Amino acid sequence: MINQYFQRKYIIGGIILLAGLVLLFRLFYLQVVNSSYKLSAENNSKREVIQYPARGLMYDRNGTLLVSNQAAYDVMLTPGQLDAFDTISFIKILGISLADVRSGIKKAKEYSSFAPSVFMKQVSGEIASVLQEQLYKFPGFFVQTRTLRKYPRNIAAHLMGYVGEVDKNIIGNNPYYQMGDYIGISGVEKRYEEILRGVKGKKNYLVDVHSRITGSYQGGRFDVPAKIGKDITLTIDADLQEYGESLMKNFTGSIVAIEPSSGEMLCMVSTPSYPPDLLVGRGLSHNFNSLSSDTLNPLFNRAIAASYPPGSTFKLINALVGLQEKVITPATEFGCQSGYAFKGQFLGCHSHRSPLDLREGIQNSCNSYFVNVFRRIMEDPKFGSTDQAFNNWRKHLLSFGLGNTLNSDLSGELKGFIPKDEYYNKYYGKDHWNFLTIRSLAIGQGELGVTPLQMANLTSAIANQGYYITPHVLKAVIGEESIDPAYLERHYTSIDTTYFPIVIDGMELAVNGGAGSTAGRAKIEGIVVCGKTGTAENPHGEDHSIFIAFAPRENPKIAIAVYIENGGFGGTWAAPVASLMIEKYLTREVKRKYLEDYIYNAEIKRK
Amino acid sequence: MRRGNIIANLDWITIMLYLLLVIMGWLNIFSAVYSEGHPSILDINQRYGKQFIWILAAIIMAIAIVLIDHRFYEFFGYILYGTAILILLAVLVAGKEINGSKSWFALGGFQIQPSEFAKPAVALALAKYLSTFNINSKKFSTLLKVGIIIFLPSLLILLQPDTGSALVFFAFVLPVYREGFSGAILIGMFALALLFILVLVSNELVLLASIIALGFIAYWLMVKSFKNLILAVLIFIAFFFISLGASYLFGNSLEYYPAALISMVLSIITYLILAYIHRIRKVGILMLVVAATVFYTFAVNYSFDHFLSDYQQRRVNIMLGIQSDPLGAGYNVNQSMIAIGSGGVVGKGFLQGTQTKLNFVPEQSTDFIFCTVGEEWGFLGTTIVIILFLYLFIRLITLAELQKEKFARVFGYGLVSVMFLHFFINIAMTIGLFPVVGIPLPFFSYGGSSLWAFTIFLFIFLRLDAGRKE
Repeated sequence: MINQYFQRKYIIGGIILLAGLVLLFRLFYLQVVNSSYKLSAENNSKREVIQYPARGLMYDRNGTLLVSNQAAYDVMLTPGQLDAFDTISFIKILGISLADVRSGIKKAKEYSSFAPSVFMKQVSGEIASVLQEQLYKFPGFFVQTRTLRKYPRNIAAHLMGYVGEVDKNIIGNNPYYQMGDYIGISGVEKRYEEILRGVKGKKNYLVDVHSRITGSYQGGRFDVPAKIGKDITLTIDADLQEYGESLMKNFTGSIVAIEPSSGEMLCMVSTPSYPPDLLVGRGLSHNFNSLSSDTLNPLFNRAIAASYPPGSTFKLINALVGLQEKVITPATEFGCQSGYAFKGQFLGCHSHRSPLDLREGIQNSCNSYFVNVFRRIMEDPKFGSTDQAFNNWRKHLLSFGLGNTLNSDLSGELKGFIPKDEYYNKYYGKDHWNFLTIRSLAIGQGELGVTPLQMANLTSAIANQGYYITPHVLKAVIGEESIDPAYLERHYTSIDTTYFPIVIDGMELAVNGGAGSTAGRAKIEGIVVCGKTGTAENPHGEDHSIFIAFAPRENPKIAIAVYIENGGFGGTWAAPVASLMIEKYLTREVKRKYLEDYIYNAEIKRK
Repeated sequence: MRRGNIIANLDWITIMLYLLLVIMGWLNIFSAVYSEGHPSILDINQRYGKQFIWILAAIIMAIAIVLIDHRFYEFFGYILYGTAILILLAVLVAGKEINGSKSWFALGGFQIQPSEFAKPAVALALAKYLSTFNINSKKFSTLLKVGIIIFLPSLLILLQPDTGSALVFFAFVLPVYREGFSGAILIGMFALALLFILVLVSNELVLLASIIALGFIAYWLMVKSFKNLILAVLIFIAFFFISLGASYLFGNSLEYYPAALISMVLSIITYLILAYIHRIRKVGILMLVVAATVFYTFAVNYSFDHFLSDYQQRRVNIMLGIQSDPLGAGYNVNQSMIAIGSGGVVGKGFLQGTQTKLNFVPEQSTDFIFCTVGEEWGFLGTTIVIILFLYLFIRLITLAELQKEKFARVFGYGLVSVMFLHFFINIAMTIGLFPVVGIPLPFFSYGGSSLWAFTIFLFIFLRLDAGRKE
C-alpha cells in the first residue's frame, strides 16, 4: 500500500527520456542537417583583410623614375562591429568633429553593415600609428594601408593620367573592384591599369568578438598573397618632356615627338597643363573640380583630343599624292602673282619669286602652286569625275593615319576629320562641286581636322619615307619579353618610297634654304632639320601656328609636330619651339639661349 | 548485505557518472577560456585552475557527507530547510548585487550563491514532510503545505530577482506527483505553462474567444444537452451584441474585447442562476474553471509586462519568435546556436573551437558551457553528454525506487527532478528551445556554488542509499 503509485516512475522516466530526445533531435538538426551555422561561424570569426599590392612604377626611356608610390592610411569602418566607443578621444586623434563621426558612420551604414568601407581617407602616418595603438577602444574601426602616387618629376600629367577611387559604375561592371579601391582614370594609368595595379591578395585573420585580431586563420592556409604591380618603362624622354613643358608655358597648344624608326613617343606636351601631384590623395576631388572649371581647360589633352586644320603642312601630302598619281613631276612649275585667281575666285599668297618648281613650292609654301597641284589631282583624267578623284585622294590621306584614330595606347584619341565625297554631295549636290569648291583643302584649310598626334605621325611617315609605326608610350613592361606586336608593325602609306626624297628636299630647303625659306628659325647648326610650317585659319581669333619637322635628314631620330594656338604664322612660334626640342633631344643641351629667351618671353593672347 | 563497509555500499556507477561529468565539464571550461598565455589547466588565476580547486573541495564535501550517519539528514531536514530560508532572506538584505541580481554573498575573494543550496534543503524538507506517517495527499491542507515548502524559497529567489533559479523549484512537482498526489497537479502545471506561452503569443481576443468556445464544448461534453447548449450560446450572443451596441452608442466605437469580456461575465451569472434553478451541479465548477483561466491570462500578461525586466521580456519574445533581432537580445542565443551548429558531426576538436574561444558566445564557461561541447566535440560529443545525463537520471530513479524509506525516495526524486530541469533548461536555451534564463548545467558549468550544491545533493542521496543496505 505504501508504494501503490510506483508505476508513476514510468511516467516520470518517460518525461525525462522524451525531453532528452527533444534535445537530441534539435542538436541533430543544428549540427548535422543544417549547415548554415558553419558558415555563420566562419563569418563570425574570420576577417578577410585585403592586401593591396603596390602599384607598378613608371620610368622614362632613360630609366628616370617618373611615378613612384607613397604610403597612405585609410581609417576603415565595419558598421556591424560598431559598439559604443570613446568618441572624445576618437575625434581628438583624428582631429574631426562629432558631426563628422556621425555622418561618417551613417554613410558607412548606407553602404553596408558588414563590409568595411572608408571612414576617413588618407590620414597621416602619425595619426594612423596613434590610432592603431588605441584601436581596441574603437570596435569596428581599423586602419588600412594604401599606396598613393608620387611624382618625382611632376611632369607629363596628361600622358600618365591619374589614379582615383572607383565609382559605383566601375564596381558594377568589374567585380575585381570594391568600394574604396583605386583605379587608373586616364592616360597610361588607365590604359595599363591591369599591368600596373597587380592583383589584390587577402589574408584571413581570426578575430574575437571585439574584432581584435587574435591570429591567422588556419595558419594562413587560405591566404592569397598580393601580386605586386609590374613596373613599366615609357618611351617618353623625361628631360625632353620637361623642356617641352617649359617652352610651352606661355602657350596654349601641344608638342608631340616620335622616334620614326620605332613609333615611340618621345614627348607629349599639352598646355595649359597641371602638376600631376595635384590629383593625388585627399586634394584630388577639390583640385579636380577647380581644374575642370578652369576656362583654359588644363585637363584637356590637346595632343590627342584637339583637332585643327593642318594648314600648309598639308602641302606635303598633296605634293606626294600629285607625284604618286603622276599629275606632276618634281620639275613641274607654276606661276604665282601673290595668289591664285580662277573664274573670279582668288586665293592669296605671300610674295615670292615666280614661277617655282615643286621643291621651291614647298620651300616657299606657295599657295598658288598647291592649288594647281590639287586641281590636277582633282581633274585627273584617269578618273571619270571629281568625285572619284576625290575618293582616291582621300584614300591616300587615310594611309597616313589621318581621319581615324591611330590606335595608340593613349585613351581619348580623336579621329580627326577628312571629309568624304558624300559630305560635299550632301552639301552641294552630286556633281555640283569641283576642285574649286574645295580648293582650301589644297593648302590644308577648310573641312580638315587633324590632331597633333596625327601630325607627328604623318611627319614620322615622311621621315621613314613611306611607313609609320603606330605611336605608343609603353616601351617595356619590366620583366616581360616584348610589347604588343601591334606596336612593331610597319604601316605603309599608299605613296611609293621614291617620291619622298623630293618632298624631303623641299622640307630641308624650307628650313635651310636661306632667302624664301619659311622656317629659317628652325635651323640648327650642324643638324639637318627638315620641316614645314603651317598656319591654321582660326575663325575665332588669331591663326594657330603649326610646325612639323624631323631630324636629322639621314636616319631620322625625331619627328615632331608643334601646335601653338593663336600663335599666328607657323614660322613665328611653332618652328623655333620645334627646333629647340630637336636640339635638346639630339644634343642633350640647348646652345641657342637667345632663341630660348625669345620663347620664354613670348606673350601671345590665349583664346 | 547488512552493515557492510560504507564504501562498498555506495553506488559506484552513479559516482563514476558524476566524476565523468565533472571532469568533462572541467576540460570544457579549460577549452572555453583557454588562452595561450596561460596554458596550464592548473593555473589558479584562470577559471579552469579555480574550477580544479572547486572540484577538489567538492570531493572533500562528498567524503564528509558520506561519513555522516544517514539518519542525520532526515532528523535535521526542517532545521536545514529553515536555515536555507534564513540565508535566502539574508542575501536579500546583505547580498552582493551582480548583473542586477542580489543573489550572492561575497566571502573574501569569491562568491557563494545561496539559491543553489536551497534546492537540497527543499528536497530534505519535502521528503521529511511527505514521509510523515499517515499523510493524506487528498487533503487541501496537505497540498497547501507542500506548496509552501516548495515555493517559499522560490518566491524569495524571485525577489533577488533570479527568474531562472526560481523556475527550477517547479521541478519538485515530480516527486510530489510520484507520491500519489493527483495527476491533475502535473497536468495543471503543464497546462499553466502552455497557456502562459499561448497568452504571450496570440492576440487576447482570439484567446478569449477560444476559452469561451472550449467552455461551450466542455459544457456539451458534461451535460450532453443540445437544447441547453443552444440556449447558452444564444444567451451569450445576445449579451455580446448588447454590449457591443452599448460600446458603439456611448464610446462611438466597436470594442470587441471588452464587449466579449462583459458578455462573458453576464452570461456566467445568468448560467449560474439558471443552473441553480435547474439544479445542474457541474455548471458551477465549469464556470469557475473558465473564469480562473481568463483570470490567469490576465495575470500572465500583467506579470509579463510588470514583473519581467525588459531584457527578460525580450528573451522570452525571441524564444517565442515574436521578435527577431540577431544583434540585440537574441544575440546570445544566435551566437550559441552558431557555435553548436558549427561543430558539425564530430566537432572541431579539443581547444579548436573558434566561437567560444573568441568570446562570441557570452558566459561560455558558465551558462553556455554546452556550446563548447557542441563546437569542439560535435553531435557526437553532445549526444554522449546527453546520454550520460539520461543514464544518470534513470540510474537515480532506479535507486530511488529501491528505497525502503519514503524519505529517501522523495529525496531521490527531488534530486533527479531538479537536476533534470537544470539539464533540460540549460541545454534547451543554448539551442534556442527555451528563453535564456541563466541556470547552470549541473557538474559542467564553471562555479563553486552550483558544483558544490549538486555534489551535496547527490551525495546525501548516495549516503541515504548506502544506509538502506546497512
